[in-house]
Amino acid sequence: MTTPARGSLLSIEHLSSKDIGTLLQLARRMKLERPRSLLRGKRVGLLFYETSTRTRASFEVAAKSLGAITTLIQASGSSIEKGESLVDTGATLHAIGMDILVVRHPNSGAPHLLAQHLDIPIINAGDGMHEHPSQALLDAYTILRHKKKIAGLQVAIVGDIFHSRVARSNIHLLSKLGAKMTLCGPPELLPELATTLAPGLNLVRHVEEAVRNADVVMLLRVQKERLDGLKVHIYDYVTRYQMTPARLKLAKRDAILMHPGPAIRGLELEGDLADGPQSVIREEVKNGVPVRMAILARAAGKGMVR
Amino acid sequence: MPTVKNHRNNNSLLIKGGHLIDPAQNIDAPMDILLRDGTVVEVAFPNKTRGGADDKFDARGLIVAPGFIDLHVHLREPGQAYKETVATGTAAAAAGGFTSVCCMPNTNPVIDSAEWVAWLLHPDRGAVVNVFPVAAATLASRGATLTDFRALHRAGAVAVTDDGRPILDDKVMRDALRLSSDLNIPIVQHAEDTRVTEGCPMQEGPTSFRLGLRGSKASAEADIVDRDVQLAQASGGRLHVAHLSAGDSLKSVRRAKRAKARVTCEVTPHHFTLTDADMRDYDTRYKMNPPLRSGSDVQAIIAALADGIVDAIATDHAPHAAYEKNQEFERAPFGITGSETALGLAITRLHKDHAIPLTRIVELFTSGPARVFDLHNELHRRGTLAKGAHADVAIFDPKKRWTYDASKSLSKSHNSPFDGWHLTGKIIATIVSGKIVFQN
Repeated sequence: MTTPARGSLLSIEHLSSKDIGTLLQLARRMKLERPRSLLRGKRVGLLFYETSTRTRASFEVAAKSLGAITTLIQASGSSIEKGESLVDTGATLHAIGMDILVVRHPNSGAPHLLAQHLDIPIINAGDGMHEHPSQALLDAYTILRHKKKIAGLQVAIVGDIFHSRVARSNIHLLSKLGAKMTLCGPPELLPELATTLAPGLNLVRHVEEAVRNADVVMLLRVQKERLDGLKVHIYDYVTRYQMTPARLKLAKRDAILMHPGPAIRGLELEGDLADGPQSVIREEVKNGVPVRMAILARAAGKGMVR
Repeated sequence: MPTVKNHRNNNSLLIKGGHLIDPAQNIDAPMDILLRDGTVVEVAFPNKTRGGADDKFDARGLIVAPGFIDLHVHLREPGQAYKETVATGTAAAAAGGFTSVCCMPNTNPVIDSAEWVAWLLHPDRGAVVNVFPVAAATLASRGATLTDFRALHRAGAVAVTDDGRPILDDKVMRDALRLSSDLNIPIVQHAEDTRVTEGCPMQEGPTSFRLGLRGSKASAEADIVDRDVQLAQASGGRLHVAHLSAGDSLKSVRRAKRAKARVTCEVTPHHFTLTDADMRDYDTRYKMNPPLRSGSDVQAIIAALADGIVDAIATDHAPHAAYEKNQEFERAPFGITGSETALGLAITRLHKDHAIPLTRIVELFTSGPARVFDLHNELHRRGTLAKGAHADVAIFDPKKRWTYDASKSLSKSHNSPFDGWHLTGKIIATIVSGKIVFQN
């Protein structure tokens, strides 16, 4: 067992606010239209144990834009299906010559496990209910395109916080940068324990209360099957927590509406709201590329601001 | 006939100059002890033994205690010899001062017949210390049909359990306890309502939330303990609560003991030492079942260890191969090794940090567990060094500071969260039937 290799990104929790600032600054210098060759000759393995559209595609585009060779390894159609362990699969990819591994996994902590056994940078592209660091970084990047700074912002996070790795990463990141957060959702999806994640977190059960005077309204995906399993009636959820134009009006006039996707129209938010003037949902996806370019450049030990 | 003086074949040993702690006899004083032919023949004031000995053990500055009894170990045979064998598991036990271990039946196949009990007890297994099998309570530990308690007991099983798979069905548990009352055999319950703990690799709390792991509640244990205690009281059966970890479980046990019900319980060193918050992120060496609990549970357990509600310290020594533990936290198996660190943790944590007297700690390792499984009776004569008892002895230095190195463990596996820990209190020698089986 070793400590994670330099340049690994396993969580936001263990990142300093200075590191976050450096990464965001680096991301601002990454332009898709002006490719840089910071990763020329590097081999980036995309190890995906779970399905993904945006994260996978955006890491791949980011890596290729920097001149890297990418290889996608998915659970189906690989030795993973034959029962090879995560550690063995990692060692195999290392032996093949991977320089960086980007990992998406249904189990919390899987990237930590790989980082303890491999001496190449491991990038967490979402692990179980734990963290999704690149999503939180691209969300911060997006917020900063609309707001001067994150310190002092009122942020409402609404939805299934318990099961959400996006929520955990965002709460850590926004807390480190000084935002004031209010979490909102039904007890089944937002236990009281959630407030122990970071200092100064507010928890409310009424969405109106959460949204009032917010600068940022962040919605989280709610899985219909989960609601069924927890015996939360979908109609109840929609009635009490769905973001509607009327509810969004309670936020500041220049508030932005965010969602990590995939957004289910008619569940977390009323159909057209995703396309409305306050929505930055598409922009988040777009910003994923420069942010992931920065993450990969950092992993390769390149392009850091001194 | 000429007497042959041979260190290997000696049949008498004088333990000289030590301080004897034998709670069963209420002795806490300097005493010499003479062992002959596997039995204690004399316990006398210093230099007052009358018989001669082939060999002497200089125990100056050391505590001499009855050999420790571990009510809960996993020796992994038959079927999982890659994790541990009777030979390696008992060697690790000897290094921890244990002269008797009670092994759990959740092997492959399950120890649910007299034949398998006999197999475990066969000399070919290479046991270094005494092995007392605990057999399955139901066939294949499926929780449905009771095993033949009488035949298992006759073959050498000291108790029955479905460890790892609790008996949840009320009727099966009631029947088991009734039978235990008739035959005077303890039913050992791994108290866990598995209907509510499924998919939970640790206890619920700020740590589980932060790590994105599903957490189980302490009530999953306490509710089953409470039900079992009621069933034991109603049936007159003997219930032993294995690896009790929740403060609320103690309330039921306390109530039962006050009502003179035949209920006993054991606690592991890790549950009186660590909380869920001590776990290093996703370090599977901290993954065990029952899981690490909260600080208030640990405080309640330490109080119960001090005040007598807890009968024994048992290790739940659960070896696993490195590749099994080197998995995603949710996939890795539950369990940690514990034989070699038990005394050090007890002295460091309970004696030094919480001022629990050494005599009480020795009781929790000797006469306490002996009573739970009747190992103190005329048949077994263990858990004490009274004249006539088996010559099983643990000799330790209560002040010796040392560092645990799991890679040097005598167990086949090294899955201990205490690797690298600085402990106080170390086993110097372990004697089984008058023979030194471990010496440091």
